[in-house]
Amino acid sequence: MKVAITSSGKSPDSEVDQRFGRASYFAIYDTENDTFSFADNAQNFNAANGAGIQSAQNVASAGAQVLITGNCGPKAFRTLSAAGIKVVIGATGTVKEAATKFKNGEMSYATDANVEGHW
Amino acid sequence: MIKIVVGSGKGGTGKTTVSLGLSLSLAENKMPVQYIDCDVEEPNAHLFFKEAEFQKRDVEVLVPEIDKAQCNFCEECAKFCAYNALAIFPNTALVFNEMCHSCGGCKIVCPQGAISEVKRKIGEIHTAIANNKVQISYGKLNVGETQSPPLIRAVKKEIADKNIAIIDAPPGTACPFVETIRHGDFCLLVTEPTPFGLHDLKTAVEVVSLIGVPFGVLINRSDIGDSSVEEFCSNEKIPVLMKIPNDRNIAVAYSNGMPITEADPKYKLEFMELHRKIYERVGNHKR
Repeated sequence: MKVAITSSGKSPDSEVDQRFGRASYFAIYDTENDTFSFADNAQNFNAANGAGIQSAQNVASAGAQVLITGNCGPKAFRTLSAAGIKVVIGATGTVKEAATKFKNGEMSYATDANVEGHW
Repeated sequence: MIKIVVGSGKGGTGKTTVSLGLSLSLAENKMPVQYIDCDVEEPNAHLFFKEAEFQKRDVEVLVPEIDKAQCNFCEECAKFCAYNALAIFPNTALVFNEMCHSCGGCKIVCPQGAISEVKRKIGEIHTAIANNKVQISYGKLNVGETQSPPLIRAVKKEIADKNIAIIDAPPGTACPFVETIRHGDFCLLVTEPTPFGLHDLKTAVEVVSLIGVPFGVLINRSDIGDSSVEEFCSNEKIPVLMKIPNDRNIAVAYSNGMPITEADPKYKLEFMELHRKIYERVGNHKR
């Protein structure tokens, strides 16, 4: 299974980016073989609005079934849900730490957005 | 005849005070005046026309509606949309109405013909002819609505060519302000002689210059603060067309719903003089 994690850099040791729509990068973690790949999110980092909606579509086309991030707004959450992607909110530490926690079943899925848009 | 936009950048500098003073002075001199309140998020000029009976009508915009039976989820519409108002996934199509700028592009690019446009109410226009012959129109945006420019455009359509339109602009210098000053003949920037007034005046000057509307400055509460606004105007060769000193009586009258020209009738002449100066400058610009 593929898991998208918002990342502030291009390494598994980068901190989890607390923003979803305007995250710097998305780490795509493959739970089968324990590997990470990174996708640049510059397009949405600079978007005036609709960043969450567009980022959600990018995460979906990357084939992720789960998203792990710090905070998630209402439009992003609605879009992710429509794409059938489960969301984990409140992740901290490095991308690698988040991935390990997820693999060990120490994370739970959110049922709704936790912040307003443009927080 | 002539469209004068009263703007500021900074909020609370006296746009409505000046717009009212100018409108009422012109009306008293038997000139055909229309007051257009484009501050659609918080219109308040109508509060000064207590006797007027307003007629209202809805303003709607077009947003896409996707027929899921015809949609094949090809994503062409979402790729086209510059505002990310659409999200398409296998078997799901989402429309975010509040993001939509009503361009109609998604309907054109849809290869399946699955998109139609439906009306969505964003606000109202209220219009009245006040007892002193000023026709006033104001827009009232629905609470929670983010797209004010379509409503501002609709309010501006109320302007009749034969009239002098005094257009009360929203504060700030983003989309709502730009929409308000577009096609204006002149922009009067109301400011105050404080660091805040100067800062926001500068951004307003940048925007108005970019749009290419001739402009001048009115300094309100001109005897407070410092001389930095006057120095800025003099350095940039921006005409200071009128000054209104700080006067508690004007403020008290305003808070009771009484315009400046009633609080101190000497301003009627000053506003006529202001109009003459603006008229002259617009004439020179058009020539």
